[in-house]
Amino acid sequence: MITIPYLTALTTYFSYGLLFAFGQLRDFFRKLIDWWHASNLQGYAPICLGLEDFYIRRLYLRIQDCFGRPISSPPDAWFDVVERVSNDNNKTLKRTTKVSRCLNLGSYNYLGFAASDEYCTPRVVESMKRFSPSTCSTRVDGGTTTLHNELEECVASFVGKPAALVFGMGYVTNSAILPVLIGKGGLIISDSLNHNSIVNGARGSGASVRVFQHNTPSHLEKVLREHIAEGQPRTHRPWKKIIVVVEGIYSMEGELCKLPEIVAISKKYKAYVYLDEAHSIGAVGKSGRGVCELLGVDTADVDIMMGTFTKSFGSCGGYIAGSKDLIQYLKYSCPAHLYATSISPPAAQQIISAIKVILGEDGSSRGAQKLARIRENSNFFRSELQKMGFEVLGDNDSPVMPIMLYNPAKIPAFSRECLKQNVAVVTVAFPATPLLLARARICISAAHSREDMIKALEVISRVGDMVGIKYFPAEPKKEQLGENRVKLE
Amino acid sequence: MVEAVNTYQIDTVNAMASAVKSMAKAASDWLTFAFDVPFARAVVFGVHIGGHLFVEGLLLVVILFLLSQKSYKPPKRPLTKKEIDELCDEWVPESLIPPITKEMQCEPPVLESAAGPHTIIDGKDVVNFTSANYLGLIGHEKLLESCSSALEKYGVGSCGPRGFYGTIDVHVDCEARIAKFLGTSDSILYVILLNFGDEGVHWGIQNGLYLSRSTIVYFKHNNMESLQSTLEKVTQDNKRAKKLRRYIVVEAVYQNSGQIAPLDEIIRLKEKYFFRVLLDESNSFGVLGSSGRGLTEHWGVPIEKIDIVTAAMGHALATEGGFCTGSARVIDHQRLSSSGYVFSASLPPYLASAAITAIDVLEENPELIKKLKQNITTLRKGLSDIRGLEIASDPQSPIIFLKLKQSTGSSSDLELFEDIAERVPKEDNVFVATSKRSKLDKCTLPVGIRLFVSAGHTESDLQKA
Repeated sequence: MITIPYLTALTTYFSYGLLFAFGQLRDFFRKLIDWWHASNLQGYAPICLGLEDFYIRRLYLRIQDCFGRPISSPPDAWFDVVERVSNDNNKTLKRTTKVSRCLNLGSYNYLGFAASDEYCTPRVVESMKRFSPSTCSTRVDGGTTTLHNELEECVASFVGKPAALVFGMGYVTNSAILPVLIGKGGLIISDSLNHNSIVNGARGSGASVRVFQHNTPSHLEKVLREHIAEGQPRTHRPWKKIIVVVEGIYSMEGELCKLPEIVAISKKYKAYVYLDEAHSIGAVGKSGRGVCELLGVDTADVDIMMGTFTKSFGSCGGYIAGSKDLIQYLKYSCPAHLYATSISPPAAQQIISAIKVILGEDGSSRGAQKLARIRENSNFFRSELQKMGFEVLGDNDSPVMPIMLYNPAKIPAFSRECLKQNVAVVTVAFPATPLLLARARICISAAHSREDMIKALEVISRVGDMVGIKYFPAEPKKEQLGENRVKLE
Repeated sequence: MVEAVNTYQIDTVNAMASAVKSMAKAASDWLTFAFDVPFARAVVFGVHIGGHLFVEGLLLVVILFLLSQKSYKPPKRPLTKKEIDELCDEWVPESLIPPITKEMQCEPPVLESAAGPHTIIDGKDVVNFTSANYLGLIGHEKLLESCSSALEKYGVGSCGPRGFYGTIDVHVDCEARIAKFLGTSDSILYVILLNFGDEGVHWGIQNGLYLSRSTIVYFKHNNMESLQSTLEKVTQDNKRAKKLRRYIVVEAVYQNSGQIAPLDEIIRLKEKYFFRVLLDESNSFGVLGSSGRGLTEHWGVPIEKIDIVTAAMGHALATEGGFCTGSARVIDHQRLSSSGYVFSASLPPYLASAAITAIDVLEENPELIKKLKQNITTLRKGLSDIRGLEIASDPQSPIIFLKLKQSTGSSSDLELFEDIAERVPKEDNVFVATSKRSKLDKCTLPVGIRLFVSAGHTESDLQKA
């Protein structure tokens, strides 16, 4: 959990208050001016009510140039960021033809498969020529090719489950699976910081949803006991089933989930466990198999494992892995499987090739090298940042590290200053994070070399001093000199 | 139990009150008698103190005392730890999935080559009527070329959501191209289309509507009078809801039945009742209209009248994903608040470049559309005299939907169709699909066999069918 220093909280509240006040003032003037010119929406209700897009108009648009930056090269360790100019005070941004080569600290490229790869790309092009970029039909109608079946077997054996099912998009996987598995009369208990796709799926299912404190197994136990004893909200009938939904690595915190305890508690109370490994599959674990391997949890204990291919495998799509019966049932009834176009064949081939490289089946040791490198890189980067005095979240071994910014003014300052020095970072604020806890999120990749990281550290340190986000005292460097002297003597 | 306790309490209080009252009366009588005798008319401080005043004062004190008593509430006893443990042990959840029945076991056929007009299944070459490849663009060399160069340049994935460096220049180009083609101001790309109603709408729309937490009112499939009456009812009921945003959601060509929506009527109704129209053109983009611009061109309606147009590119454009176009304001709003856009990774760049090429091809060769229309008419003529089946879709739609002349409305229909669908590839080398329904679907239209016609089909293919 993040404890925010008192003074910082005060200043952050003050900043937001000021921005809000200014925004309201401008809205007031806008209303006056609009009253003069009649609006052309006769009789129609406006698409956005007054306060709904207040945040967008008054707060987000000011810093719009920090988000949505277009790139013109693959999102590898170094990439080209297209520069944009704005003529009307950041309301609209136009692309220019200038690009600047920046160090990429923001893309989800954990194992470095983002750009064209020597093993994967030729195979992908070949499969595209053979199967064409899309199948134009759903899985059940004629969109299943031999490639899809091979992919599902591959994924199932990689993850450690008997069978798997693959979808074209990760977001859809969550939104469409939860309604199939559980309905009215069931209970979903999800971590308070779960991703939006899980929240949507839970809402769409019609089951009751309860939240437990982030990563706190004792609170989960308390919630489970309370709800099993009470039953359904008003009728007090027993619940039909209970599913506990957690994520492997939380993308905004960089923390690993406390999986062994959570699985133990769920087994004790006979609840089903649903694990979303969007960020952790392929990136953590000795052979890249995710949090189960890293934390020593048997995959048979987790009932449903879900993940996406966008992050570590450099492709797109999502999967669900579970028992054969479960997958058979999902094939029969899941709307995403029955109605949505199947995953594009070249993307499927990319995933197969990437898995082969990770497991070393392509005949080289590149996979093992990549895994070792990403672990080293993450630990090195995190410890260096902490030594410099930044407030960094996340556990060791996790490639996601958020640096706390807090103050809304520091968000664009940090982002723009880093871009000027050719380092591209990602800053996140409300609504993806709580209002006070804005942060800059760094994603380390196996494609970053030692020099890249040292350069990044220098730039971040300089910008951090400028912006003032070193909330903790930096470790003094004089100790090193003392040590050296001792060694010489 | 609680009421009994309450009445018991009330009875007690009543009994107590009456007992006290009688006692007080007795006492007052005695006192009156006692006091009246010696100084019946004493005067203290100018106030006549009759003996009865003293008694009334005593009564008042007693009443106040009773009122100030707290009422009796049964004490709350939360469940003890042991009881909770017992309940938790007793509770048995349902299994995660219902048991597998035989009908769930069927596997779809596996293709061994691209899903073009001809495809290979189990080593045999069959004519493929199941992919929505309307313009025959699967396997087109220009598409393949642009895709391979995109793959070489960008790799496969885009590794990030649109807000965080997932926007590659091809995405922006693609959006601009689509907007130019359709004549709208802007457009926005999604990876799979699940937008956020007609009874026949497919599940994606239903889910989107449900998630938007708005009240959904369905009207009968493609029935304009039903739409009108529903609109009337809704506007009358919500007179105060002038601020509510109201949408009509329709599909241009319905996936579940192959009918075409009468857009001019819908526009008329919308303008009368001030609703906005959300048009899903998945199956009509690139198909209807003389140059493929979709339903609006088909009916001759200017596109600005439609507020939001969504479409899946997985049909005519032979790529994956979807897009949504409309006025600039609507699209900008979506960029920040649409969860499918903000929270998930962007479309792989090679698919975006494929879409651009597909639109280019479409613009350069309008005869593809003519060929598609020809194919549709030929196929319809050929199929119209199969005994027992009738064609339920519109003459111009590229989805031909066959349903039974007399449907029993039960699951045996589905089995019959599945039988047909299985036998047909084996005997005549033709590959068709039945329409399947998820149990979450609220659609009530009858099931049938679906054939997707493509411009790539040649005459001989159609004869075989």
